[in-house]
Amino acid sequence: MIGEDQARRLAAQALELSRPDRAEVALKGTSSKLTRFANNTVHQNVSESDARICVRIVQGERVGSAITNRLEPEGLAVAVQKARLFASESAADPHLPAIARQAVAAGLDSFDQATAEHSPDARAEAVGELCRRAAGRGLNASGAFRVAAEEMAAANSEGTFAYHAGTAADFQTVVMGDGSSGWAHAAHWKVGELSLPGLGEEAIRKAVEGKGPRSFEPQATAVVLDPYATADLVLMLNLVGMGAQSLIKGQSWMVDRIGKQAMSEQVNIWDDGRDLEGLPLLFDYEGVAKQRVDIVKGGVVQGPVFDGKTAKRLGAVSTGHGLSPFLPTLARGFGPLAMNLRMAAGDATTQELIASTERGLYITRFHYTRTVHPRDCVVTGMTRDGVFVIEHGRLAYPVKDLRFTQSYVSALNEVEGIGAETRLLSDDFLGMSVRAPAIKIKTFRFTGTTA
Amino acid sequence: MHDLLERAIEQAAHRGAQYADARITENQTESLLMRDGIMEVLDSSQDNGFGIRVLVDGGWGFASSHDLRPAEFERVTDQAIRIAKASAQVPGGKVNLGSPVASRGSYVTPVRIDPFSVPLDQKIAVLAAADAGMARAAGVRVRESNLVFIKEKKWFANSDGARTEQTIIETGGGMVATAVGEGEVQTRSYPTSFGRQQLTAGWEAVEQWDLPGNAERIGNEAAALLTAERCPAGTSDLILSGDQVALQVHESCGHPIELDRVFGTEAAYAGTSFLTTEKLGTFRYGSEQVNLTADSVRPRGLGTFGWDDEGVPAQSSPIIRAGLFIGYLMSREMATRIGLESNGCMRASGWNRIPLIRMTNVSLEPGTWTLHDLIADTEDGIYMETNRSWSIDDRRYNFQFGTEIGYEIKNGKLGRLYRNPTYTGITPEFWNSCDAVCGELDWRMWGTPNCGKGQPSQIAHTGHGAAPARFRQVRVGIHQ
Repeated sequence: MIGEDQARRLAAQALELSRPDRAEVALKGTSSKLTRFANNTVHQNVSESDARICVRIVQGERVGSAITNRLEPEGLAVAVQKARLFASESAADPHLPAIARQAVAAGLDSFDQATAEHSPDARAEAVGELCRRAAGRGLNASGAFRVAAEEMAAANSEGTFAYHAGTAADFQTVVMGDGSSGWAHAAHWKVGELSLPGLGEEAIRKAVEGKGPRSFEPQATAVVLDPYATADLVLMLNLVGMGAQSLIKGQSWMVDRIGKQAMSEQVNIWDDGRDLEGLPLLFDYEGVAKQRVDIVKGGVVQGPVFDGKTAKRLGAVSTGHGLSPFLPTLARGFGPLAMNLRMAAGDATTQELIASTERGLYITRFHYTRTVHPRDCVVTGMTRDGVFVIEHGRLAYPVKDLRFTQSYVSALNEVEGIGAETRLLSDDFLGMSVRAPAIKIKTFRFTGTTA
Repeated sequence: MHDLLERAIEQAAHRGAQYADARITENQTESLLMRDGIMEVLDSSQDNGFGIRVLVDGGWGFASSHDLRPAEFERVTDQAIRIAKASAQVPGGKVNLGSPVASRGSYVTPVRIDPFSVPLDQKIAVLAAADAGMARAAGVRVRESNLVFIKEKKWFANSDGARTEQTIIETGGGMVATAVGEGEVQTRSYPTSFGRQQLTAGWEAVEQWDLPGNAERIGNEAAALLTAERCPAGTSDLILSGDQVALQVHESCGHPIELDRVFGTEAAYAGTSFLTTEKLGTFRYGSEQVNLTADSVRPRGLGTFGWDDEGVPAQSSPIIRAGLFIGYLMSREMATRIGLESNGCMRASGWNRIPLIRMTNVSLEPGTWTLHDLIADTEDGIYMETNRSWSIDDRRYNFQFGTEIGYEIKNGKLGRLYRNPTYTGITPEFWNSCDAVCGELDWRMWGTPNCGKGQPSQIAHTGHGAAPARFRQVRVGIHQ
């Protein structure tokens, strides 16, 4: 972690080197630690300290950028030189928004010292406890326990400077038995808010109850989804169409659906970077304060999130959802994405959702989901870590994993009930988080099975 | 650089490490992405840092930093030791790394034209020409083309005495045409999907791909797909293009032969493997036509290098011979669990990640057919080309793939165009249904620069040599 003062100095140096051109500077610092376990033992245990800066130079309608984690003056100078060269060689971009002074996002404290200083010994103790409990039940625990302190800054030649530091903690585990497995996962910006024994017990219970799974003929049937599976629906809808770029490309599921009732009235999905029940992000790397954006309200599709460029192109205003310049090039092709998603809770317990189901499946989570067709967000994937048949409102028996091919838009149009409790889950690759409840869907289409 | 590494390893030994290795990498990447004639991304990235991995009392620890000053090496080495001691509190079995690895030498990817020596305007000109070509096709809504160039220098040392230095150069490029119609959107990519083809090669690869020369064709194909008939549902003989076979190999062979997955160390994330150790040497993975090899020596593959990230020399290993499963991808530690030595498959995605067992170049060896003859030999079937979606279960057993384009095969000839083609199967059943693989004429090295594994996540670059192949009576046309 380099801190706000150092971030401000580095940004000022880079902007000074960029003169007389207009420029934006993004800075990201990471101190991340992860303890990984499998077969009831810690097998990988890692730590990373990094800080990098992105300089983006604008010459009229042309832009070039360079990223470096060499933060000494020579490293910065090389980056600025490259960004300037690239800008001068680039073609004009009529959609390029002008660099402007941005209103600074109001502060929000999401930095927890205990999380930032969480020790490998403390992680080993928590993991060791789970491994001993799993072994005591004849089970095999695997998983990962991550804690991180992360900081970001955005500055530009028009006087913008924004800085935020936050922490994150994430615990996930698969507990496996002979032919069965269970899963638990939770995230929070305070490590102390994670109920590690509870998560371990949740995965152990599923693994025990899932023993002896039977075959199940693939078919269209009702499902009750744990929050882990619901989160996959929300995340895939994000990747396949909550950003304005996918709308411009004509690939979004929102095409022809904005303003229309495309989902059940019970469905409300929004993005809010200031939600302290999420993993807060206050602004994007363009320095724009994140707006709370309704994606789906009462089942009606509201519209996408924007960055500066897509906003200019569609005559809208940036909602502060520019994608990180530190992601790989092809990931940046997504354009703006929602990063702090939330699906509204309902008023039922998971048990009540199951009790209201005459026949169907109770599903823990989905695995390896991929888009088959973007316009309806048709997705294929597998179930994983606990699938149970529901008969007459009760869990009857566990079944083997199934493959599904299903439109997620259609699925959310058939929501019949939503759980009262939500779970926060995070994805460390894209830096997204989603808080989701359990849901009941009238019909979900399964198309294959694992032999 | 080796001085810094050696001091860190000595320090680790003084602090009680039974084994230590350390890497410094300097990664330079140049990325260009053009969309609808506009340069969306034109940037350069410099990513330097080091990592040290230690084994203390049977526990592994790894720490890394972007700061290459000597004092930071000392701090990070101490941190790695502390982490390893914490790991040892939740112990597993004794770690056996097998024979010492004390490789020495240097390696540089052979290239004809260093891509970083090519002027920027020449690179932009290629993308502009490709963009113009796609624009000539009526009905194309979005045109995207990109180039990526990577040069990574890496210094490695370990406590066995290894000292290696290598420079890996990669060149990637590709384009995608997207057509949008009434309630329908279709894409066509070239040379392959997910944005680009990528090889350990120089600028000469871009010249060989000839993006401009293929641009109008893929634009026209994307537009034609909008009104094409939907791929029929049922069971059919199936011919896959070389790039789709490469992805099939990656997902249904490359991953399940990773020995760490077999031993459960990826269980919580990527999953495990159906290719458990009792199957080694006895399991019929595929038909007699199926021969797969893992190697890190074949030219131009993204898995081609001098040494892996444990210092084990590049080599070639048979995986499947005449359909029989006979080999794994292995690390030093995992190999000893089955009484073998590493075959050099430990790769880290950067200085800030530990090495994991990763694919090198896992390739389907060429057969004897030509694609023309194979189609002519097929009375009734479907030809599918270029991946669009891919999903496989956590044991790498049940899969479902979709491709960008399909064609009916009738009486030995390509017929109607099919949109949204998909097929599904069970890995060993599918490979046992393979009755023909095309030969050298149609065999290519394909790159997969987006292979995810591990926590924290790592994106590896893997290579796959493949040619078109035929599979009998496959379930196709799975729709919602």
